[in-house]
Amino acid sequence: MSMNELSFFSARMRLSDLISANHNLILMFPRLGISLGFGDKSVQEVCEQYHLPVDFFMLICNVYTFAQYSPSADEISQTDMSPLLPYLRASHQYYLQGRLEHIDQHVHLLAASLEEKFGRVLCQFFDDYISEVREHFDKEEAEVFPYLEALQEGGNPVEDPRIYSYDEAHESIKDKLADLTQIIFKYLPANAFSNDAIDLIFDILQTAGDLEKHALIEEKILLPYIELLATHSENVK
Amino acid sequence: MERPLRILIVEPSAIVVEGLLSILGKRPEFKCLHPLYSVGSLCDYVRKEKPDLLILNPTLAFDAKEVLALGLPLVALVYQYVEKDRLGFFNAVLDVRERSERIPAVLQQAWSSAPRPEEASDESYELSDREIDVLKYVAQGLMNKEIADKLNISIHTVISHRKNISRKTGIKSVAGLTVYAIMKGYIASA
Repeated sequence: MSMNELSFFSARMRLSDLISANHNLILMFPRLGISLGFGDKSVQEVCEQYHLPVDFFMLICNVYTFAQYSPSADEISQTDMSPLLPYLRASHQYYLQGRLEHIDQHVHLLAASLEEKFGRVLCQFFDDYISEVREHFDKEEAEVFPYLEALQEGGNPVEDPRIYSYDEAHESIKDKLADLTQIIFKYLPANAFSNDAIDLIFDILQTAGDLEKHALIEEKILLPYIELLATHSENVK
Repeated sequence: MERPLRILIVEPSAIVVEGLLSILGKRPEFKCLHPLYSVGSLCDYVRKEKPDLLILNPTLAFDAKEVLALGLPLVALVYQYVEKDRLGFFNAVLDVRERSERIPAVLQQAWSSAPRPEEASDESYELSDREIDVLKYVAQGLMNKEIADKLNISIHTVISHRKNISRKTGIKSVAGLTVYAIMKGYIASA
């Protein structure tokens, strides 16, 4: 048993205990195909029920919950990563079609209550933001994910997209969402405020927090995993 | 330095206090205020005497929030083991075993690394005229180099203005700053 298993979540815990410790975990259940109503089942039991490798599930839950947790290369190499890409693709869809579209509708509603030129610039800002997120996701799905799939299948892909700067893309996406909340609660005219605006801010903060975790899962699991397979494939050559 | 740094020592041990007073007393760049042997009247005393820097024994039972609110550079005076997390908000640590000629450097370093009291206490979140000039160009999409040329200042100064703008507004991205500039009426539209 590694140190990590001792101090973070373990598969013997009840799934409900994980959620008591970090309720935000519920947000990713649909993306993993887990539904609620698991009673007092342990993580192990729930994963078996949904045919999800439990080591993978623990990795995600621990990165999602503990800022200080970074899986070691050993942990990553020993984990069944088959659900990783489906999970990441489902997450992209969830953010774009679920969260951001929802926020977009509300930003437009809020904008409609503002002076026309302010409303226009607010909508423009958020439209540009969504385009940026979409571009980042597209780039991953078109370049990074296929590269990983080729590695997983034991191939020797020529195109290496690792040059692409994840840090920069994640940083920019994070900053802009934080800026949007600042703009909404500090700089919109006071008369623009209704309960809708407050709900909107909470929605944005929630999504921002979740996106940040998504970025961590990519930085702490996806990228080291690619690195591992790529090194292995080069050694085989 | 145009005037001596006013230093307040808060330390229960008379021997340590006397020792420090005698070492610092020889240096024209420091002026030691009448020391305190406990933290009881610290805040009132600071408001009255306005020291520039506080040398404080971290094992004294003080209210960390209250001391931080004074906005003064803090030097921890230690002569026994002190848990690391008690030292977190000090700008420097002065060990009583420090060689006496090194002590002024420790204090100077704490002074220069800490935010200036005038910035910390009554900082305005209004942008200065110069910052607004920089903001307008940022919002128009100019690069730092171009802004420096337009305003006849160094790139370094542009960057420092940009840092202040982001710190004051809470907005980091160019796109966000553009929205801000339009909302505030600094520029007409993007």
